[in-house]
Amino acid sequence: MSSLELLTWARGPALQAALVIFIIGMLIRVLEILLLGRKTDLTRARAGQMGPGLRTIFSRSLPVSGTWKQHLSGYLWHIGFIVVLLFYAPHIQLFKQGFNIAWPALPTSLIDIITIVTMAALVFSLSLRFTDPVRRMLSTVGDYFSWLVTFLPVATGYMAFHNVGPDYTLVLALHIMSVNLLLVVFPFTKLSHAITFLFSRWYNGANAGRKGVRV
Amino acid sequence: MSESVDRAVNAMKEQIDAPIASYFSSCVHCGICADACLFYTETGDPQYTPIHKLDLMKRVWEREYTFAGRIKKWLGLSRNITENDLTKWETLVYDSCTLCGRCSLYCPVGNDIVTMVRKMREAMAASGHAPEGLQQASKRAIEIGSPMGVTLKTLEAQIKHAEKEAGMEVPLDKQGVDYLMLLSSAEIAQFNEIIPAVTRIFHEAGVSWTLSSEAFEGTNSGIQIGSSDIAAELIQRIVDGAQKLKVKYVISPECGHAYTALRWEGPNLIGKPYPFEVVHIIELLDQLRTQGKLKLEGKDETRQTFHDPCQMVRRGGVMEQPRNLMNMVATDFVEMTEHSLMGWCCGGGGGVSANERAEPLRRKVFSKKREQLEEIGVERIVTACSNCRNMLEEGLEDNNMDEIEVVGLSEWLAEYLVTSSPRAAGDDS
Ligand code: SF4
Ligand code: SF4
Repeated sequence: MSSLELLTWARGPALQAALVIFIIGMLIRVLEILLLGRKTDLTRARAGQMGPGLRTIFSRSLPVSGTWKQHLSGYLWHIGFIVVLLFYAPHIQLFKQGFNIAWPALPTSLIDIITIVTMAALVFSLSLRFTDPVRRMLSTVGDYFSWLVTFLPVATGYMAFHNVGPDYTLVLALHIMSVNLLLVVFPFTKLSHAITFLFSRWYNGANAGRKGVRV
Repeated sequence: MSESVDRAVNAMKEQIDAPIASYFSSCVHCGICADACLFYTETGDPQYTPIHKLDLMKRVWEREYTFAGRIKKWLGLSRNITENDLTKWETLVYDSCTLCGRCSLYCPVGNDIVTMVRKMREAMAASGHAPEGLQQASKRAIEIGSPMGVTLKTLEAQIKHAEKEAGMEVPLDKQGVDYLMLLSSAEIAQFNEIIPAVTRIFHEAGVSWTLSSEAFEGTNSGIQIGSSDIAAELIQRIVDGAQKLKVKYVISPECGHAYTALRWEGPNLIGKPYPFEVVHIIELLDQLRTQGKLKLEGKDETRQTFHDPCQMVRRGGVMEQPRNLMNMVATDFVEMTEHSLMGWCCGGGGGVSANERAEPLRRKVFSKKREQLEEIGVERIVTACSNCRNMLEEGLEDNNMDEIEVVGLSEWLAEYLVTSSPRAAGDDS
């Protein structure tokens, strides 16, 4: 298979299959949670739970009690990842092809810097898993695997952008393949928190909210 | 699999609902919850990371309730829970967690970790892996009616004493009044000044109330050990007592866990809503304040602070009320740097104080409170939980800081009460 054939396959049938697995997998993940249900709380509520639940979905993005340092690398790579995904011109081009919607892109020089910061933050997060006793204890094979499949699209994207390697087409194909891999494993690893955090934050906020506690 | 492991796993399965599944699904193993927990911050030992205390439950959730986990199980790759695991986690779940709920504020994905620990204790208790101290306390609660072995006789003696002190009758088993007041074991046995204090306050405020000879104990060891069955039976006794006296309200004593048990778990435990409302004594005093029925006079210039009982404040929503009350008479009320929602636990809640094995650890982690107190340099700590009070007194003594006075909020306020009727002779407060 030539590089071009691989690229065509990666962004054609492979991407489609990956998207299908991603969507069905995430549906399974969400149903796994919701189908377990929750008993009605018979205690007399002090306040409603809807408002506090929704509020917590947003408010919990802010660090509490001086923990910003522990949050820093997390913030950097999450924001970096999303910005590059959504505001890099060729990505927007893809959205346009796929869904016929587009928006202004960020200058490529800025995207370049953000990509470097994202990779650095990811490497730092990984180093914490090895060096910080708490994170070392909590880390599972799944955590390292999740790290890898998150890092690969960023790294291969950076390589493609800077024309690293002899064959641009091959690097681009590998970039897309790494995205496909990310999509496929997403629902079955902790990466699914990208969706399930909505539920966990809501339940926590709602439970506290009905007691009249703002968490 | 041994029988007790079986029981533990089944109990965990029963406890796992949609919120728990969402918490485990969302955890990213970032370790931030460790910084919330005084057992970690004061020891630096990673095993005290809050979410790690739930590792066994996580294994069960993964294996039974996730797609990937079931495939792993089918391939024979899942890790089973052993008797050894249960023994190891017993100390993590009971000795190094006060159910203070601080971790539930820290987790970036919003995991309500304390709720999980509470549920995990159900599995531990069901499999017989609960600390001796808590087992004994629960047994006494069921058999004698009080975890500390306090009986009606003790209460009656205290009532007599209180009547002398307050110079008025302490109502017992009075039908048709508005409020039934509960007490915690420690309040009957140790901090009994609370009885004359509320008697006088209620008298001045015109609150119609009573104690009950059948339902006087608010402490609920069932919640602490994690046995919904025991907890439900203890709650049912209160419900029966309240119904017999036909009260409209039941007052939770100055005890955090009693409040959680009664107010936020009770109806779910017995499976039906209460025919009355529950108020915490501090909540009621604050209501009386807003109604102008709590008349206090005099100002106290002592530099003092308020220690937040976790279950009343962070877990119970009675946060502003104690501060409103303190400010009625204190002119030099200072807050600890982290207070209210972010307050640090005394180290002995959630049954830790009833668990002898945990004592060295509990005394060690008091360093957090010591640090907080040293920072603001106060002469008095006011609190509103008899367990916190005990822990604070003990901790201050351990750290040679016992020049700091520890008092309960209700009785402290009673000292400033504007009194219309003459007090009994010999009372000099
Ligand atoms: S509830 Fe409190 S003591 Fe228990 S794990 Fe959380 S922070 Fe630690
Ligand atoms: S803070 Fe939350 S997400 Fe992070 S390890 Fe603890 S429970 Fe998991």
